[in-house]
Amino acid sequence: MAGPVRITLDDYRAVAPRGAVEFVMRLAETVRGRRLVHVTASRYGGGIAATLNRTLPVVNALGVETTWEIIVGTAEFDASARTLALALHGTEQVVTEAMLERLHATCVDNAARLPLDGDLVMIHGSAPFLLVDRRPDAGRWAWRGHGDMSAPQAQVWAFLRRFLPRYDAAVLSRPSFAPPLPIPRFLIAPSVDPLADRNRDMSRVEQAQRLDRLAVPRDKPYLLQVGDFTRMQDPQGVINAYRHVKKRHDVRLVLAGPEPIAGTTVLDEVREAAQADPDVIPIVLGADRDADLNALERGATIVVQKPLRADFALDVACAMWKGKPVIGSPVGGIPDQIVNHATGFVVNTVEGAAFRLRHLLNSPELIGRLGAAARETVRHRFLITRELADHLGLLAHLTK
Amino acid sequence: MTPIPFVFHGCLAVQELVGPEAGDARALLEALAHASDETLFTHTAGTMLRRPVQADVYPNDFAMWVATELGDRTLAERLAMVDVFDAGSLDALRANLVAVLEEHLHRGPAAAPVAAEPFVFLRTHVVPVPLGVAARSLREFRDGLAEVHASALFYHVVEARYRLGRDRGDFADWAEHGLGRPDLAARLARIDAHVGSLERLRDRCLTVLDDALGTGS
Repeated sequence: MAGPVRITLDDYRAVAPRGAVEFVMRLAETVRGRRLVHVTASRYGGGIAATLNRTLPVVNALGVETTWEIIVGTAEFDASARTLALALHGTEQVVTEAMLERLHATCVDNAARLPLDGDLVMIHGSAPFLLVDRRPDAGRWAWRGHGDMSAPQAQVWAFLRRFLPRYDAAVLSRPSFAPPLPIPRFLIAPSVDPLADRNRDMSRVEQAQRLDRLAVPRDKPYLLQVGDFTRMQDPQGVINAYRHVKKRHDVRLVLAGPEPIAGTTVLDEVREAAQADPDVIPIVLGADRDADLNALERGATIVVQKPLRADFALDVACAMWKGKPVIGSPVGGIPDQIVNHATGFVVNTVEGAAFRLRHLLNSPELIGRLGAAARETVRHRFLITRELADHLGLLAHLTK
Repeated sequence: MTPIPFVFHGCLAVQELVGPEAGDARALLEALAHASDETLFTHTAGTMLRRPVQADVYPNDFAMWVATELGDRTLAERLAMVDVFDAGSLDALRANLVAVLEEHLHRGPAAAPVAAEPFVFLRTHVVPVPLGVAARSLREFRDGLAEVHASALFYHVVEARYRLGRDRGDFADWAEHGLGRPDLAARLARIDAHVGSLERLRDRCLTVLDDALGTGS
């Protein structure tokens, strides 16, 4: 069941913090008449597209004219842009001069075509990055980097860095994600949408139907990790932590992730573990992935997010929003979301994860208390209404 | 006499990374000595705006970082007890933090721990937001305070007292000069904002106001 097609700011009153909707409305009044332009590589897929799809109508309804432009290029441009993004996020790539020239030429073409005359132009990610080379003099331009760019591929960074002074500012998700930048750097953490399929309220009937369809029995508690079936997400480490716990507690472990796109080795290993222990349940998510994850998170007793490396890892906030304590590793944005010992635990090792799982399973009242605090933390710090306000605040600050 | 209305403002913190980075306690000390007032504000009182409901274990970013990244709970506890409101000024606050770090380094082991993730200095640009809520009586003030965005607590109590130089905060000032209630002003000014969250601060203010209205439990 999908959520309402057209969401208004008023729809968030029931879930946002006290006074937050009025705050956004009043904040918008302070920047009414100014024009905000977002540019991304795509209108679909990914967190930023979902956030813009949701917030654009809201911001426009508040009287702040906001448009969303897409950079368009050939298939070769798209492939080059994907390579550039991987290199920017620290995965070594083969990047040729021809690829960089193609990226630049496509951005020059798009700059001539797109209406980029905002008071604030926000360029998201790496594909449209070079639009700034043809920016108009008027208005302020900010580059929005999503994810960890602290160790970019040197060759790529040397190329991009030449254009950075053309920007007025950069916007990053957390301090450690920032590469060295010669321009002002601002922080805006990403957010979750409590009205999206992933996080909306779900009846117990629907939840049960989804768990049945995913073949997750409901006769005993289960632990959950959400993430790709890759070494980086360390599902084997989570299985090992579960095995420590299983000696004392009759629980299941559910590992849910999308269909692997770069080989099935890790998924095969997880399936092998599941064959040896029927209480280990790997789930390859299908088309209804967001609502299925919603049901899985609501049904879980404790959520584990133990990647070896991560970007902001908003899966943590998604689980916390369902009132679940999360045990997570100290990578990416996970420590920003978990308030250690208050909403969950930040752990460094398999043994640490196992210890905290047993600690919680031995203290059911603590599960409830940490889970409730987790939901309140997300309500105040990681809901889309906060990110919407942050964007308006940045518009106010950069264009004052 | 009709009281001067109290107009509620909220605020939004635009966070800017300003550097430098500190990897250990000595580097933190050196950076603190030269950090701007805005940066000091951001990492002490400013943490309340970033964590309006769930106060972290330590009330300022310096103590939090020392505990989590350096694993030095002794230093973290001592930094946590540097009270931004008691200090009286940002210069005094800086001096107190520097004194704690200097004394600790003087007595501490030669091999100081190094953080996996450095301390990164931020600066907060506070964007004031008129909330469209005004109070002309104690009752209206109490009801307004109960409903406004938590950032109003920050703006009128923390920002006003700590950075804008309005010594007792806007609530206490209005209680005295707007309502003519110095007794209430004194009680509001005494509320300890150092340890806790903005929502806890709201609860404490409401308790005092309910008492003044004769509706407290």
